[in-house]
Amino acid sequence: MNGAWLQFIASGLTVGAIYALVALGFSIIYNASGAINFAQGEFVMIGGMSAVTFVGAGLPLWAAVPLAVLAAGGVGLLLEKLAIEPARRADTVTLIIITIGASLLLRGMAQVLWDKRVHPLPAFSGDKPLQLLGATVLPQSLWVLAGAALAVAGLSWFFGRTLFGKAMRATAFNPLAARLMGINTRQVLLASFGLAAMLGALAGVLVAPITFTSYDTGVMLGLKGFAAAMLGGLGSFPGAVLGGLLLGLVEGLGAGFVSSAYKDAIAFVIILAVLFFMPGGLLGARRSDRV
Amino acid sequence: MRAAVIVSEPLRPGLGRWLATPRRGGLLVLALVIVLLPLLLRNSYFYEIAILVALNAIVCIGLNLLIGYAGQISLGHAGFFALGGYGSAILSAQHGWPSWLAMITSCAAVGLLAFVVGRPTLRLKGHYLAMATLGLGIIISIVLTTEDRLTGGPDGMAVPALSVFGWVLRGERTWYWVVAAALLLAVWLALNLIESPTGRALRALHGSEIAAQTLGVDSARFKLRVFVISAVFAAVAGALTAHYAGFITPAKSTFMHSVELVIMVVFGGMASIFGAVVGALVLTLLPQLLTVLEDYETMVFGAVLIATMIFFPQGIVPTLARWLASLKQGLRR
Repeated sequence: MNGAWLQFIASGLTVGAIYALVALGFSIIYNASGAINFAQGEFVMIGGMSAVTFVGAGLPLWAAVPLAVLAAGGVGLLLEKLAIEPARRADTVTLIIITIGASLLLRGMAQVLWDKRVHPLPAFSGDKPLQLLGATVLPQSLWVLAGAALAVAGLSWFFGRTLFGKAMRATAFNPLAARLMGINTRQVLLASFGLAAMLGALAGVLVAPITFTSYDTGVMLGLKGFAAAMLGGLGSFPGAVLGGLLLGLVEGLGAGFVSSAYKDAIAFVIILAVLFFMPGGLLGARRSDRV
Repeated sequence: MRAAVIVSEPLRPGLGRWLATPRRGGLLVLALVIVLLPLLLRNSYFYEIAILVALNAIVCIGLNLLIGYAGQISLGHAGFFALGGYGSAILSAQHGWPSWLAMITSCAAVGLLAFVVGRPTLRLKGHYLAMATLGLGIIISIVLTTEDRLTGGPDGMAVPALSVFGWVLRGERTWYWVVAAALLLAVWLALNLIESPTGRALRALHGSEIAAQTLGVDSARFKLRVFVISAVFAAVAGALTAHYAGFITPAKSTFMHSVELVIMVVFGGMASIFGAVVGALVLTLLPQLLTVLEDYETMVFGAVLIATMIFFPQGIVPTLARWLASLKQGLRR
């Protein structure tokens, strides 16, 4: 393998890790509510912009980053309480429109609260590029990969080992049965919004030093995260990670070897092709309808 | 999911009965509104808004057939809308075609494209269908933005005026009547379609696809048919919009525009043709009214959207219709 390949793979994986975090958020909320949360991308923006604000206020980076993630988590909880909870009985399409409204609301608030300019966040450990096997890698890329890996490890511990995590999985599998077993499914829904928001914000904070951040960064990242979740199979956590990394790789290689203008189009063509042959995504549940 | 209601309304005698169906009475009311509206339109700005409402309504009527009646979501119809406009623009501006012929050819081509991509796409269900249509829309948008020698790139391109056998459509007033006629035609076609065997098959599909299939409804064929119809409605509106504005940019093809169209349908009321018209009306006017708020515009728009969907989860028109019905029943008692 030559340097160009490694270079494109490295940049693809970095973006892919971000997509994976956003996709995990989509799958968590889908499992709890059956709906797609189109405000997921705004959590990425809130994470990045809050971190910029906290750093601007003089906080050290190690304090600003967790604070930004927690702040976004709080916004996620508020969103569930104020917009999703009152419409619990609505159709899925109605819920989706509500989340679109929420994404406009959050973006509009960001525009008023902050501004429309692009803001940089200092890199976690300097800007000096590293040489790895012939590819040039920003130290921040390693932070992105490590951060995403840590988040995935934390999630698999949460869903596999804790009682509440298991309750969330039970609710995803069968909400009615979960309720009959005494699981508070409303709490599960609330927690899923908080968790998804924190994951999105983590992605936003990690990527902000590379791509910078502004009030509208959430739009495209949200769409890509959605696409990654669908590619892997909606509701599947390994699928979300796989989908995110694959989408990032396809984009990185497509931009490098084919055309950077068409990198997004290439990604979507591949997703469409996958869905046409595997209508449930790569790792999606093979479900059959009960008649 | 609610079961499809195929029961006809209670019989009423004479003229009242004849008018009581949306196919006749509703159409008559819409025609009256269209004829009387110019009395209120004081300057060309008002005419422009009315034209935009009607054009959006045409797209929404088609989209509502797909979403509200057939129960299939599309997050990519802005792509068809923009392709209709660009096709007509490119044929008439760069190849010297007469603009009416360019428009018909372009809309037919969009129908053909929808037929080809619809086949594999409509096999997907629910959120996967949303993803696939979203992907289609984005691919179309990227192509329109990138192929700048053909489309003028992100800056867009100029579109010649629409002319039919030498008669050039100019001025807001002329356009108002043309677009109004197109809207009436669209409503009439849609109302006829949903009262036809195809419409009944579609509603059965929405209720339960498996039940419909066991009763012999060829679900794939009907879904594809209504997908193509809705794409052509969008293309016609797109071509008219392009010729009316004299200009088209890739902004017409973006994901946000697709989402706006779906919001109009759900806001007005799914499975309601007049709901689509009301949705287009409210959501075309609202941003115009909110521009006075400047920076707060997006925020307020989002809040209005959330509140409406919480209090009118079925959309405006069906919810109001139910209130009216229960009010009537209360009075009769």
